[in-house]
Amino acid sequence: MFAYYLDLALHSLARNKALTALMVLAIALGIGASMTTLTVLHVLSGDPLPGKSAQLYYPQIDPQDIKGMMPSKEPPEQVTLIDGLNLLHAARADRQALMSGGSAPLDPEKANVDPFYVETRYTTTDFFPMFDAPFLFGHAWTAADDEAKAREVVIARALNDKLFGGANSVGRTLRMAGVDWRVVGVLDKWQPNPHFYDLNTGSYAYGEQVFLPLQTMLELGLDRNGSTDCWGNGGGGVGSILPSDTCVWLQFWAQLDSPAKAAAYKEFLVHYSQDQKALGRFQRAPNVRLRNVMQWLDYQMVVPDDVRLQNGLAFGFLLVCLVNTVGLMLAKFMRRAGELGVRRALGASRRALFTQLLIESGVIGLVGGIGGLLLALFGLWLVRQRPSAYAALAHLDLSMLFITFVLALCATVLAGLLPAWRACQIAPALQLKSN
Amino acid sequence: MQIKPILAAMRHHKAGTVLIALQIALTLAIVCNALFIIHQRMARMARPSGVEETNLFVIRSDWADKSDPQRIDVQMQADLIALRQLGSVQDAAPANSFPLHGTGWDNFIKLQPDQVKMTTDSAIYFSDDHTLATLGTHLIAGRNFTASEIGAQQPRDAMHSAQVIISKDLAQRLYPDGSALGKTIYVSMGNKPSTVIGVTDTLQAHMVGSWAGPYAYNAVLVPARLLNDYTYYLVRARPSQLAAALRDAPKALYAQSRMRIIDRKDGVMTFAQVRQHAYERDVGMAILMGIISVVLLAITAAGIVGLTSFWVGQRRKQIGVRRALGATRGDILNYFLTENLLIGIGGVLVGAVLAIGINLWMVTQFEMARLSLGYVVVGVIALLLLGQGAVLAPALRASHVSPVEATRSV
Repeated sequence: MFAYYLDLALHSLARNKALTALMVLAIALGIGASMTTLTVLHVLSGDPLPGKSAQLYYPQIDPQDIKGMMPSKEPPEQVTLIDGLNLLHAARADRQALMSGGSAPLDPEKANVDPFYVETRYTTTDFFPMFDAPFLFGHAWTAADDEAKAREVVIARALNDKLFGGANSVGRTLRMAGVDWRVVGVLDKWQPNPHFYDLNTGSYAYGEQVFLPLQTMLELGLDRNGSTDCWGNGGGGVGSILPSDTCVWLQFWAQLDSPAKAAAYKEFLVHYSQDQKALGRFQRAPNVRLRNVMQWLDYQMVVPDDVRLQNGLAFGFLLVCLVNTVGLMLAKFMRRAGELGVRRALGASRRALFTQLLIESGVIGLVGGIGGLLLALFGLWLVRQRPSAYAALAHLDLSMLFITFVLALCATVLAGLLPAWRACQIAPALQLKSN
Repeated sequence: MQIKPILAAMRHHKAGTVLIALQIALTLAIVCNALFIIHQRMARMARPSGVEETNLFVIRSDWADKSDPQRIDVQMQADLIALRQLGSVQDAAPANSFPLHGTGWDNFIKLQPDQVKMTTDSAIYFSDDHTLATLGTHLIAGRNFTASEIGAQQPRDAMHSAQVIISKDLAQRLYPDGSALGKTIYVSMGNKPSTVIGVTDTLQAHMVGSWAGPYAYNAVLVPARLLNDYTYYLVRARPSQLAAALRDAPKALYAQSRMRIIDRKDGVMTFAQVRQHAYERDVGMAILMGIISVVLLAITAAGIVGLTSFWVGQRRKQIGVRRALGATRGDILNYFLTENLLIGIGGVLVGAVLAIGINLWMVTQFEMARLSLGYVVVGVIALLLLGQGAVLAPALRASHVSPVEATRSV
């Protein structure tokens, strides 16, 4: 029966080529535009570490002085060095890491390569297992290396390819910022998007090439990038390499494997704030937050406004295209009232007619969906030509491909419901008489 | 023209009528907002920078050796002398940032040292006595810095310049009565006051983000060279010698010292490129909105043509009867035009409400202003005309239905 209905549908569609083409085009344009923007939105608001992100928390505490305090105001978005080290050494979470970013000049041994700058991340040992960073060779430095201010680095695969031709470089030496470093590990390709653990470097398409112990960086006073927020009249550490104690400039992340642990950790943060206040370091009442990765990204509003705006616009566009299709389909089905009347008179049930008409609109949806997919691929190609940092990420993945077709089919079948129902309400006798 | 029979006929095809009206309403709502966004972006792009942009370009020099700020200071002064001596160069100045650059320093500006909340935010431009001449920005009050007032500082040093020059808009914001010249303001966290010795004509800040809207024309010129890991040089070429200056300036800098990196791709940028870069996203957004609007209007027009053609086909016999009873072709044409106009008016009424509703929602979600009613009026007229244009072809076909049709197939 399905094959017969399909045949009928194709016949009917072929009879009115201009109208069919218009419907298919409208669906394709609507689907194409909305899938393009939805894919961009999907990529940008995606989970950087699926399966892990719910256990990763970003604790915030409020070490600021009493000036300018407002109730219910958010605490600073980073931590001071003292608090960072305190939280790190307290080790109350399953895993924790303190970090900051920067860049350093790298002096390759090869004479034919000019010195160049690499993006660096200064952190502590738990960073790698906590963020599921995959090792190609070697392993992370140890907690003992952290405290010993070891001159050890973990490098990214791209840098390993550039410097060592992709060979296992564990144990080899790297000259960076005027110091010799021993390579202890090489990371496989790893670039969480968004760059959730430090959004100050830009949210998308950013990856460090060299990872090294934070304590070593503090000792050597390496260059640091990112945001520094200070309060009071500390002047942000005048004349010193590092920001002063009244500045927040580090990110602290904690892994907490269960909600109970997270609740306990939040409790700990409150106690910590109280203790610090008792010691006279903190002046404000405890003001803490504990967000997991997705909550943090949401709070930081990483998805650009323009992208959300475009997505809204595209779905509005799809809605108009669908209304348009409903109207045209209604016209098409009603025009065939006579034919439908004959079929009814010959014994076809309403349900059979309804199915037949829905199959016809499904065919339009399928063809429109294929057209929409091609348009979306073209649209994403256009997005990739844009100068934005996230442009290169705009690719259609399997789930979006699936959603495209489901959306196209559902939308057109839905659009066909009203016209098909209306067409089935026709009394056969009336139609037969007027013919 | 009788409206009653048209309304009576509409009652027989409610679904189609409602669908066309709905489509017109949605299209109007989207197109109004899209046009509004396009206009907003274009207005942003048309803002003046306060800089004489022709013949101006920017060089970024990264220091290969950052260890010694004193050496960087000496090098910067030598670089500037070398640049100013070039035949193709009119003037040059050091800078940490410049209008439309996007990144740079912005500080809270205060009128009292113990103020908790800022009075306003402002871009901080590290400058010397050549900066205003290089930018081509004029003073409207006070005087320029003298060479002896120019100091040097590192990024983490507290700013303590005794004199500053501020932009017209900042002066207006701080002292609305126009008396900013000679007053003291606090431009950094240190509690040392700075005296306003000059007020420039309009001068844009480096911030181009929409968040910075209220501060977009606040600028403080600080008389110091910033000894950072890199510096910018603003260079003004002599008239019609821009190409030569673009070629000579980096060469002159490398001749001074090779211990620097001037990026091959964007180390040297003309101000036109700076402007283009600053507004790239706005251009992209405006183009996208434009395309969507045009396609949307086309689809709506096509939908109207399709549905009206169907109605004409459905009513051939009635049209024939009317013609046989004495209706002229004009009457038939008028009938369809009026019918479309009535549906269109219904649609645009709903659409206007929808357009304003969407805009109000967007105001809460995005950095956006209220939609001005002008857009709605323009949109309403455009959609009604579009509807009339789209219905014309099917209506003309209807008017050519011969009275003989009335006698057929009975």
